[in-house]
Amino acid sequence: MRKIWDIHGGVHPPENKIQSNQKPIGVMPLPDWVSLPLNQHVGAPARPLVKVGDHVKTAQLIADAEGFVSAPVHASLSGKVVAIENRPIPHASGMQAPCIVIESDGEDTWTELQPCENYMDLQAEILLEKVRSAGIAGLGGAGFPTAVKLQPDANKKIDTLILNGTECEPYITADDVLMREQANDIIAGAQLMAKLLDNPRILIGVEDNKPEAIKALTDAAQNTAIEIISFPTKYPSGGEKQLIQILTGKEVKSGTLPSEIGIVLQNVGTAVAAFQAIKDGIPLIERVTTVVGRSLQIQRNVHVRLGTPIQHLLSQHGFDENNCARIIIGGPMMGYTVDSISVPVIKTTNCVLVPSEDEMPTPPPTQPCIRCGHCADACPANLLPQQLYWYSQAQDFEKLQAHHLMDCIECGACSYVCPSAIPLVQYYRASKGAIRQQQIDKQKSDRARLRFEAHKERVEKAEAEKEAKRAARKKAAEEARKKIDLTKSQPAEKSDTAKLDPVAAAMAKAANTKADPADEKAKIERNLESARNRLARFNHQLNDARNENDEARAGKLEPKIKQTELKISELENKLAQMAKT
Amino acid sequence: MSFLRASSPHAHSALTTARVMQWVLLATLPGLAALTVFFGIGSLINIALACIFALLFEAAVLKLRKRNALIYLRDCSALVTAVLLGLALPPYCPWWVVMLGVFFAIVVAKHLFGGLGYNPFNPAMVGYVALLISFPVEMTQWAAPSTLSNASASFPPIVESLTHVFSHDTLDGYTAATPLEVLKLREGLTLDTLYTNEAIFNQARWAGVGWEWVNIGFLIGGIFLLYKRVFTWHAPVAMLATLTLCSFLFYDAGGSQSAGSPLFHLLSGGTMLGAFFILTDPVSSAVSNKGRLIFGGLAGVIIFVIRVWGIYPDAIAFAVLLMNFAAPFIDYYTVPRTYGHNRAHRVTKIKE
Ligand code: SF4
Ligand code: SF4
Repeated sequence: MRKIWDIHGGVHPPENKIQSNQKPIGVMPLPDWVSLPLNQHVGAPARPLVKVGDHVKTAQLIADAEGFVSAPVHASLSGKVVAIENRPIPHASGMQAPCIVIESDGEDTWTELQPCENYMDLQAEILLEKVRSAGIAGLGGAGFPTAVKLQPDANKKIDTLILNGTECEPYITADDVLMREQANDIIAGAQLMAKLLDNPRILIGVEDNKPEAIKALTDAAQNTAIEIISFPTKYPSGGEKQLIQILTGKEVKSGTLPSEIGIVLQNVGTAVAAFQAIKDGIPLIERVTTVVGRSLQIQRNVHVRLGTPIQHLLSQHGFDENNCARIIIGGPMMGYTVDSISVPVIKTTNCVLVPSEDEMPTPPPTQPCIRCGHCADACPANLLPQQLYWYSQAQDFEKLQAHHLMDCIECGACSYVCPSAIPLVQYYRASKGAIRQQQIDKQKSDRARLRFEAHKERVEKAEAEKEAKRAARKKAAEEARKKIDLTKSQPAEKSDTAKLDPVAAAMAKAANTKADPADEKAKIERNLESARNRLARFNHQLNDARNENDEARAGKLEPKIKQTELKISELENKLAQMAKT
Repeated sequence: MSFLRASSPHAHSALTTARVMQWVLLATLPGLAALTVFFGIGSLINIALACIFALLFEAAVLKLRKRNALIYLRDCSALVTAVLLGLALPPYCPWWVVMLGVFFAIVVAKHLFGGLGYNPFNPAMVGYVALLISFPVEMTQWAAPSTLSNASASFPPIVESLTHVFSHDTLDGYTAATPLEVLKLREGLTLDTLYTNEAIFNQARWAGVGWEWVNIGFLIGGIFLLYKRVFTWHAPVAMLATLTLCSFLFYDAGGSQSAGSPLFHLLSGGTMLGAFFILTDPVSSAVSNKGRLIFGGLAGVIIFVIRVWGIYPDAIAFAVLLMNFAAPFIDYYTVPRTYGHNRAHRVTKIKE
């Protein structure tokens, strides 16, 4: 037996796994329609490639990844695209987001797949591309695009690939039954992933409450170097950071990724998906989901097509709506409630939990924190939840950060044990949101400040340049004046005053030009020329107006012609006078 | 159809604050039984009175603070305070002493500071110390243990005890010095002489007639609470450890300068009540386990120092209040190291 480590804290909620893990994985009849959100993963939403009215086949690519951290989406059944619009999605906030809705034609005709038997001979880049284009995202919960995690980084040598088969959340058994039934695929998937990561050692961590799964995996891994490690059941051992600590004794430094310490973690379901994508060419259009809770007649695991409304899922299992207290996507510790049963199953939906009221009663009224410290004893991140609660109430974000609120993994262990039934995690989420917002605002204001400063600098520079030009012009003007003074031998004191005052200089300049008869004459001649042109134009227009019997226009033009004629005679007079002098 | 919108987690352990308080009440029973066997029904009367006053005061204050009294009364925390105060007061205390003590505990120490969870000081101990300073005579008259053969009489009959509690006469005929007082006033005798001459010691097994069993009773209750994980072991064990260590260092082979044996200190006065029921009050203690070790350890030292060199024979209340003062500082320096951080941090600085 290899050494395993313990994590701080942790709790032992009732496991409630027996309800669903005793039956083989069922297969769901196809739903009438599926609703496929464009964003079922962490990262940028996919970009739709189909239009409303298009006919699509099962497994056909219908939306492509947009950017590096993103994943494509494939049609999960054949039929017609009836809408690309905002629809309810499984999300804690109950929000809507863009989805591609496909109405089933009942045929389930597949596109042509490209299976590959000798996949282990393929180059790593090709394998990676296959994983990427299959739209695989972490099936364990967060839904991080798998290909991104498997992308080798020259700077970071990955020495350990961990497959997470912990499934520490109560009620959920999707991974458990998958490990029992498809252990070989998991092992093959693990080897594939290891190939992409330049062959690190492979560890598969499973809690010791799943003996069948451990046995199946051990059998499947017999002639390989893969280690199956079981460890005592405790929530939340399956948290990424917690599992790493249990299996390797290492801690992921705050604010960094496991790859920083040479570790990549993948869910066992993800390994199966990767294997199927490469060997059979099947993109991610289906997953195993636990359907459980006392308001159902049948509780089990099923293979379900992505996009299937949970309404369809529940109705196939004898759902009694009136007996249902809440609908939880995920497990009782970290899952979130949804209020619409039309939300679809997506890549990350590992469980739909519909407990009855006595199974999960409405929480009792919150009582004051008595600082009993049970929460601190339960916290796997070794935080002081009672202090975080205190500062969350006070909205003291600085203290919250000093107490490392951002390292809270929102596992809910603290709320679980709190005798005063304080919804601690709810407070932390709100505070985290506020802190993130603050940081964004700060970044924004920092950027705005930088922009403002740059702007100011530019303006100042421009001012300085203008000033320099002005000075240069002034100097030039003076020199010009001096020259004139010299040539015309004007009195010296005039130039002295001009030197002191730019306005005076300008006036002097104006006076000088006026005094120049040649310039004056040219100017009058120019004016006369344009006045004559104007008169010709007006006359022309008057003619037109007369021809069209447009009296109103003609009436307007006549005074203008008069005016112009006056101006012309005036200018001619001036010119005549000039000629005389 | 609307389903409940709730934040995770959706599951909850069965432990509630009210349940915790009930366990604490239950755990006082062995000690209370010993008190009653050896000192009569005085403590029972104390507790009954204290509980009545506590509920009245609590309800009145909640009303004044415009809180829903029913919800808050259900957490039983007022009862716990009342019972602890009732146990700490000398048996057959006059009723008005009890009432004033409860007033200080519930109204002043608890609600004036913001109610349950916000009080920096242990309410029962605030009540106790206020009484000790105001009424030193009433507060230092302990009934004589009933089994003490040469005492002038065993504990008073019920009627007489009630008259004493509700009238104003003193308990003269029934009191005796406690072992801690005997030790303190022994005027240079060696421990051996003391143990052979004094009835309260020579009829006892380890540390004084009655007292040793009272302490053992509270120890049993404390172990029950530890088993139930109502609190962690850190504060009580640290306190008992330092108390033992100090008395061991100053034992002086039982000579005339001896400060008493470790066993004597562990089993007399309010040692076990203090260690398991007072010091473990979560509200006013340090929050982290490391903090609680320091909190309990220092309390043990203070108790020993006051017992041996102070003017009061026992010191649980003073020690606890002093440590309540220190708790925020202890917290400040004992923040645990968070996962993924190299060192424990100072909560004053934000690390980028
Ligand atoms: S468990 Fe609840 S009552 Fe106890 S210290 Fe934590 S938040 Fe306070
Ligand atoms: S939710 Fe956060 S604070 Fe609470 S136990 Fe989990 S990590 Fe600790």
